[in-house]
Amino acid sequence: MAQTLLDALALLGDLQHDLLAIVLLSVTVSGLAVVFATLIGLPLGAWVAVSRFCGRSAAIVALNSMMGLPSVVVGVVVYLALSRTGPLGTLGLLFTPSAMVIAQTLLTAPLIAALTRQIVEDAWRGYAIELRLMRYSRWHSMSLLLYDCRYSLLVAVLAGLGRAMSEVGAVMIVGGNIYGFTRVMTTTIALETSKGDLPLAIALGVVLMTVVVGLNSSALVLSRWAMRRYG
Amino acid sequence: MFPIRLDNVRFAPNGRPVLAGVDLTLGGDGISVLLGPNGSGKTVLMRLVAGLQVPDSGSIDWGGAAAPGDAVAMLFQAPMLIRASVAANVALGLRMLGLSRAERDRRVAAVLGRVGLADRSADSARLLSGGEIQRLALARAWAMRPRLLLLDEPTASLDPTATEAVERIVREIRTEGTKIFLSTHNLAQAMRIADDIVFIAAGRIGEQAPAARFFARPQSSEARLFIQGELPWRISFPT
Repeated sequence: MAQTLLDALALLGDLQHDLLAIVLLSVTVSGLAVVFATLIGLPLGAWVAVSRFCGRSAAIVALNSMMGLPSVVVGVVVYLALSRTGPLGTLGLLFTPSAMVIAQTLLTAPLIAALTRQIVEDAWRGYAIELRLMRYSRWHSMSLLLYDCRYSLLVAVLAGLGRAMSEVGAVMIVGGNIYGFTRVMTTTIALETSKGDLPLAIALGVVLMTVVVGLNSSALVLSRWAMRRYG
Repeated sequence: MFPIRLDNVRFAPNGRPVLAGVDLTLGGDGISVLLGPNGSGKTVLMRLVAGLQVPDSGSIDWGGAAAPGDAVAMLFQAPMLIRASVAANVALGLRMLGLSRAERDRRVAAVLGRVGLADRSADSARLLSGGEIQRLALARAWAMRPRLLLLDEPTASLDPTATEAVERIVREIRTEGTKIFLSTHNLAQAMRIADDIVFIAAGRIGEQAPAARFFARPQSSEARLFIQGELPWRISFPT
């Protein structure tokens, strides 16, 4: 056990090209997925928060339920859509990093939307009457609420990033875990553990945890600064 | 918009009567104070006049129109403040008026100066004191240049100094042709600021009269008791 840990630390110390490439691809795929998921999730969540429409309660239940969407299910759905005989098969995206971005976007967008809906709706309850008196349209109200809740919404985006970076099922199915092309940290950890190469798995686990803890620490520092600055 | 006429207005959310047949006429000048004890229906009446709620029965007429129009602003006991500067919070009220950026900035600077917050314009609004927050909210409403300004117990949680500052600003807004409709349960404040009094108790208008006459010779028994400090609306607890 001790030797395994020492080997893992040695791998991290060497910063081998393979290791760096895997880390870089993980961060790029998950980062892009969260950018797209944020562009979808923030407005969608805010719209559900400030709108009143038939079936709104069902939409909220669906959105909340999709927070726990199994990543393998998303993987299979995206696989079927992108496979040669699927509706998007002509794009030739299956087993590429683009397919992994699509899968992770679908996985994280509902999470960000559901958290955004809750955060924005809480603010909306206190603001609705005054915004109505100031003749704010729904669109302007949404923009204002997203701006006002920006520090709380950062947590929603980080939750999405955490989910994207830590999931393994979807990227394994749609990416294929191809060495040097679609192999990311989580799929590498799963593969190397099954092969018995624990040092690499542990080294990547350490990197993964460092990235996640680093992001969350930054968010905490930012939210504390915002609390002092804006109350 | 004026006169605003309420005719036999009833409002009973979830079957609990809050307003029970209110008849009221508000002219377009001066400061009308809606005076009454807690729970008498003041806030609901203010919201109905602002067009924020619809009565269950009866009618409201805003100078011949079925809606109050755009020239209404309202100040609440706990005003909305976004996580931004004082100036940005004042500018919120101007965004939907179709003004140029330069005009918005000019109006914001002008009203902040008049409410004594010019030196706080870059500070965070949420870090202001209670009195400063109410002055900010007044500045936001004032910048919109409303024809009707509704103030729902604007000094309920303020100390005498902050209250005096708010009352001074309200008087100044009135001189620019804005009709003020202010609710309070504070007799001393009503005496200081009102041109006329609308007395409400238990969801009914007990009396509407010029302030001097109301305090010298109240016509209704409820108003007389309220002025004398009697409490026919005393809250009873089960023993």
